Amino acid sequence: MARASKTVNGVQLTAPPQELVREPLVANQRGLGWLSDAVAGISERPTPKWWWPAFLTSLGLMTVCFAMIAYLMSTGVGVWGLGHPVMWGWAIVNFVWWIGIGHAGTLISAILFLLRQRWRTAVNRAAEAMTIFAVMCAGIFPVIHVGRIWFAWWLFPIPNANSIWPQFRSPLMWDVFAVSTYFTVSLLFWYMGLIPDLAVMRDRAKTKLKKFAYGLFSLGWLGANRHWSNYEKAYLLLAGLSTPLVLSVHSIVSLDFSVSQLPGWHTTIFPPYFVAGAVFSGFGMVLTLLIPLRKMCGLEDVITMRHIELMCKVTLATGTIVGYAYGMEVFIAWYSGNPYEQFAFWNRAFGPYWWSYWIMLSCNVFIPQLFWFKKVRRNLAVVWVMSILVNVGMWFERFVIVVTSLNRDFLPANWGYYVPTWVDILTYVGTFGLFFTFFLLFLRFLPIVAIAEVKGVIPQADPHHPLGGAKPGAHH
Amino acid sequence: MSETATPYGLIAEFATPADAMHAAEKVRDQGFKRWDVYSPYPVHGMDKAMGLKNSKVGWFTFCGGVTGYTLGMVMIWWMNAHDYAIPVGGKPMFSPFSAFPPSYELTILLGAFGALFGMLIVNRLPRLHHPLLKHARFKLASHDRFFIVIECADPSYRGDETRALLESAGGHNIELVEE
Repeated sequence: MARASKTVNGVQLTAPPQELVREPLVANQRGLGWLSDAVAGISERPTPKWWWPAFLTSLGLMTVCFAMIAYLMSTGVGVWGLGHPVMWGWAIVNFVWWIGIGHAGTLISAILFLLRQRWRTAVNRAAEAMTIFAVMCAGIFPVIHVGRIWFAWWLFPIPNANSIWPQFRSPLMWDVFAVSTYFTVSLLFWYMGLIPDLAVMRDRAKTKLKKFAYGLFSLGWLGANRHWSNYEKAYLLLAGLSTPLVLSVHSIVSLDFSVSQLPGWHTTIFPPYFVAGAVFSGFGMVLTLLIPLRKMCGLEDVITMRHIELMCKVTLATGTIVGYAYGMEVFIAWYSGNPYEQFAFWNRAFGPYWWSYWIMLSCNVFIPQLFWFKKVRRNLAVVWVMSILVNVGMWFERFVIVVTSLNRDFLPANWGYYVPTWVDILTYVGTFGLFFTFFLLFLRFLPIVAIAEVKGVIPQADPHHPLGGAKPGAHH
Repeated sequence: MSETATPYGLIAEFATPADAMHAAEKVRDQGFKRWDVYSPYPVHGMDKAMGLKNSKVGWFTFCGGVTGYTLGMVMIWWMNAHDYAIPVGGKPMFSPFSAFPPSYELTILLGAFGALFGMLIVNRLPRLHHPLLKHARFKLASHDRFFIVIECADPSYRGDETRALLESAGGHNIELVEE
């Protein structure tokens, strides 16, 4: 078979056989300057028409969230559907759900960096932003669910009025440290990644205000190689620190459940199962956000079909791990010979909340199996709908874990049926307002793709590639 | 260029990373100390071409991590076992196992602060002003160009000789940048 060949900078380039050709990370051979223009241009152009309606809707929903919290604080937790025996309801479901979504951002920015997955550069900035905003939404719920919110500061290691310190043998205290560290480190990592790109924005800024603001936050970054050398080391270290961090956060969240002695919660599989579920739901959210975004911002050459496909594969893998965990839970419940454990799982699938269990199984285990097919992975509309179903499924997973284990206690005297109230529902819906308000502001003012990092993975950036200026016979 | 302005250094422009890297090797071999390569992204192999040593940022992270772990363990022991002992379910007043998760998180937290602030300290950042920021073409260093700047304060700096070196290394638009 005759292979295509062309000459660049005097080097004869022969294309590898068709089967071995990898889709490039940036399509259409876009160069260094094009990347700056394409990404920085998004926030430099006039505000697009869709932005204001989207922003005002989000702002309205965010107001609803805060109004519901104000109502809760002024009236008490009785406005929620909580009651004996289900004392943990939507608040904890939403907390675990939102914090799980954050995990994809850190997986992309840290774990895929350590694994040298260079495709991560196109999506890491937006995914990290998603992480930060999702953790903000998550953080609201544990604080407001404590009932007397004005005592929430007792969770911090500050002596309260009776000089009593927090009790560190409780996983709830571990959670305080895990979640606050997760938020802070994600923010640091995100900001450090932004520094060189803020310098790009500074160098392109036309107005005095923009020059000042981007100049201030870029900290005087010049792109000096002595600086890059330290920067890359710090980036590697942050990735190395974020990897055990992200694995620990959802593990510790799962310990909130598994350290207790309730059937259905008290299992050792919880930490890995929660982490896999978190990554699964996070990738669902990344796909939900990025599929419309790449279209609206004209980034099809940066976030290519290859990126979408790779993310579908991660979703498939983690969804299957979650499916394995569901199966193993049921198996261990049977194998344990413990009637309470067996009843808890029977109750999940066939009890009063049977519908939530089957929604969970369908959305998390069965439907993602369609990602085995390339045709499905390359159909944007189908992928988008499936990505939303992933998060529907993952919300129901947390609902199943929290509610079905509580609603049938050891004695039938302690049985009950939990239903949320309108306050529960509007608080949850309101957190989407909070999330999207911040996300839309991020779209408008910051580079949504890591410009410097994507530049680093194109052939034009490689000094040993003909497109990067390498000459034939050079000593490299 | 006015007579009174103090010169900062000589700037040379390069179009490709390969050109900048070969030029950097030449500048390195001449024994310059106060010089740098400016690029829109970290160029793979440039540290070697410039003869840079391994970055010291790791030490900051290490110190942060050790501080965080120690702080966590000591804090939990002091609070729950010493200052105001809270007996819970007959469990020991202090156990390294239940104190581990918060201490582990603090290790990561302070280690991460160490990495970011260590990077800033080693790089002498933040810095709100720099002579290069006034140079018109230097803006392209964050876009698609590569620059080598040799400071006049370098002991090996010899005006025209240095300019000739940058020219022979393939640099374009060689200019003197003012302080």
